[in-house]
Amino acid sequence: MARRIKIPATKYPVERFTLDNGLRVVLTPDRSAPVVGVAVVYDVGIRSEPEGRTGFAHLFEHLMFQGSENLEKLAHFRHVQGAGGTFNGSTHLDYTDYFEALPAGALERALFLEADRMRGPRLTEENLLNQIDVVKEEIRVNVMNRPYGGFPWLKLPPVMFRTFANAHDGYGSFGDLDSATVDDAQNFFDRYYACGNATLAVAGDFDVATATEMIRRHFGDVPARPAPERPDFDEPDLDGERRDTYTDRLAPLPGVASAWRVPDPISSFQDYLPFVVLAEVLTDGDASRLVERLVQRDRTVTSIGGYIGFMGDEFQVRNPTALLLQAHMPPGGDAEKVLRTVDEELDRLAADGLRPGELERTQARIATHLLRDTDAVLGRALPMAVLELQRGRPEMLNELPKLVGEVTEAQIVAAAATLRPERRATVEVLPGATA
Amino acid sequence: MSTKSLPDLIPDAKLKLPREAERTIAGGLTVIAIRRPAVPLVELRLRVPFGKTPLPRATLLSQALFTGTGTMTSVDIAAELQTVGGGLSAGLDPDKLLISGNSLASGLDRMLEILAAVLTDPAYPNDEVGTERDRLIDHIQVAQSQPAHLARTALLKRVYGKHPYAIQTPEPEQVRAVRPAQLRALHADRVRPEGAVLVLVGDINPEKAIDAAEKALGSWTGPAKDGRIPPAPPLEPGPLLLVDRPGSVQSSLRMALPALERTDPDYAALQLANLVFGGYFSSRWVENIREDKGYTYGPHTGIEHFAAGSTLMVAAEVATEVTGPSLLETLYELGRIASLPPGEEELEQARRYALGTLRLGMSTQAGLAGLASMYAGFGLRLDHLREYTAALSSATREQVAEVASRFLAPAKAVTVVLGDAEKVQGPLSALTAVERGAE
Repeated sequence: MARRIKIPATKYPVERFTLDNGLRVVLTPDRSAPVVGVAVVYDVGIRSEPEGRTGFAHLFEHLMFQGSENLEKLAHFRHVQGAGGTFNGSTHLDYTDYFEALPAGALERALFLEADRMRGPRLTEENLLNQIDVVKEEIRVNVMNRPYGGFPWLKLPPVMFRTFANAHDGYGSFGDLDSATVDDAQNFFDRYYACGNATLAVAGDFDVATATEMIRRHFGDVPARPAPERPDFDEPDLDGERRDTYTDRLAPLPGVASAWRVPDPISSFQDYLPFVVLAEVLTDGDASRLVERLVQRDRTVTSIGGYIGFMGDEFQVRNPTALLLQAHMPPGGDAEKVLRTVDEELDRLAADGLRPGELERTQARIATHLLRDTDAVLGRALPMAVLELQRGRPEMLNELPKLVGEVTEAQIVAAAATLRPERRATVEVLPGATA
Repeated sequence: MSTKSLPDLIPDAKLKLPREAERTIAGGLTVIAIRRPAVPLVELRLRVPFGKTPLPRATLLSQALFTGTGTMTSVDIAAELQTVGGGLSAGLDPDKLLISGNSLASGLDRMLEILAAVLTDPAYPNDEVGTERDRLIDHIQVAQSQPAHLARTALLKRVYGKHPYAIQTPEPEQVRAVRPAQLRALHADRVRPEGAVLVLVGDINPEKAIDAAEKALGSWTGPAKDGRIPPAPPLEPGPLLLVDRPGSVQSSLRMALPALERTDPDYAALQLANLVFGGYFSSRWVENIREDKGYTYGPHTGIEHFAAGSTLMVAAEVATEVTGPSLLETLYELGRIASLPPGEEELEQARRYALGTLRLGMSTQAGLAGLASMYAGFGLRLDHLREYTAALSSATREQVAEVASRFLAPAKAVTVVLGDAEKVQGPLSALTAVERGAE
């Protein structure tokens, strides 16, 4: 019954060095496909936005694409795509990433482009106003004009957290976005976009010596600026259940999401990792605890998902963070009943432990997901850049499937026992649309 | 400020295709196995032709395919797959049922066994089908509250008229009427190996993987029904169709233009014309309405291929107050690409993007699996990439201009706007004839 499959590992080589100006570099060559991935990650995110400037970290990410020392507006996009590549950037709670995937022969071009904007973006009034408009359209598409917009990643933090850094809307209010100035942007760049506050990772088809030389040539003269001190964003755990309810005028069906604080993902990794596995034990697939119970047996939800980190980035998030469960319910669904059943299943898990094979099969499936992500050059460059930034251990990407496989039943049971109703923050979405 | 110059590109190495094998196994299934050992996994795609199936039943079948077999419950199936790090799911489009999944490479045999049980011994248990039916109905209801879904639904109806492609999502009440016995009958009738293609990509020995597929799936037999769909009708341009969504803070602008199928000698030139117009970020249309005007966040265009016809789709969500100006700029950019040849440099840029992103698409197991399966649906194999890259490399400005004049002309577009009609009808009517959709 519980035949255990061996969890395999990748062996991507990892080279690390730091330039004189403080930029930390990770190289992970793999010549199985003629492509490269380049990622630059800055140690600043939504949590560092000043009050009155909600959404600013994300707006600033847009401004990093609007031209730099040697590049006109539009040039960055054209040079990446005109080299056969793709690009993007994204703003997270604790970091902001910029990345390209390209044919191998375009590596030096990508390094040039990233170095140029690390020296400084062209911050103009015109570009700022244009990108405020674009960001507002992004928020309309993803939040305001669709059902369940921002549920739960924007809706749950203000219920769970008390400090501005952790609780505020990372997309930003239109009022705050409109009041952003070029000076704000310059100050933000000066303070946070220092090369001492950044990492660069390159993955894929390249020669280490050649790439090292290119990196020194292009990034070596970026002026050294020290990393700002990073505040501790910790706040006390919940001292009682917290709840909120709102009506979504576009939503046809009710939904509910809950979150519980988990141990510090970095300083307490050993205690944190079991929660990553627990989320999957509870919700990964038809054979998981909560899907079997709530979707199949009780039919009180139509779907349920569980994960860690409000943006689903469990190995790239800092403290404080949470394990989340989110469910959509059928018409007339009762969130109270769903939560009671979740509690019952958590109690059962804490009291009776796991079934034979349950942990092993969950670990095997997590391994597949982790390995699959690393097949893409950016699936290595991006996480390695963040692992270097937050932990100084990019090689951990190779180790994750094995580490997940070492989590024990006792650890899962102990983790489940901490998910008590009185430590829970919950937000309910009520349907405001006539179905 | 120092001036630095952009580094040159090192030209791409010759296109290298991965090692693969292909065989039609006992029972009639075609199996393509491709080796990419970079990570110790295997990707699986099985496409089963599913044209001319009744939409509500076919949709529920795709949702309920893994609910049980003669010997396994839905939980058993999921647990057994997980044991080898595996997972399978099914999806439907008007041409096919597509089963997708992956597992640890060492679990391939077991994943194939479970797949075989699902294909040859399906139970469609009443209870589980009932659960999936209710979930599907809820899911459709949620989809119907999403502007992108509503706009696409209106566009498909306008484009395809009475053709089967016109409706691709069933109504909730139609799904409610489907019985488990009908799924069993549809499965027996149409989930058959003839004409189906299984693609396996990963850390595998291609020949051995096909042997494993034959061992597991050799007993899956049966003739294919004729599922061929009649050719899609030509587009009939007419007034802009305005569908009201009161209170909408954005308008969903959609256009359909004619297009060529993948094997047409002019297809590469059309793809390049599409890119120059709006098919990637550094296109004229995106640079105009996003980076210059700030009207929108993620405008995109692309050629959509179905077995019975291809269409070039244009899509943007724009702020309600700039709906008219957004249409104006879109018509302008279409008119420009249809009337004047592209510049030398912008064509080179689009060409390199097309060639480069093909290589990126081939650089992962999942990318190769998707590409090989999609090509197989059109009777093509991965070696078509050689022909296609050669055509992309050699297309001239004149060829691109010529296809653009035939396919990207604004006069040929079918246009739908979903938005707050009270606010946008006036501005849109200033530019073109507008008719209101049924509400």
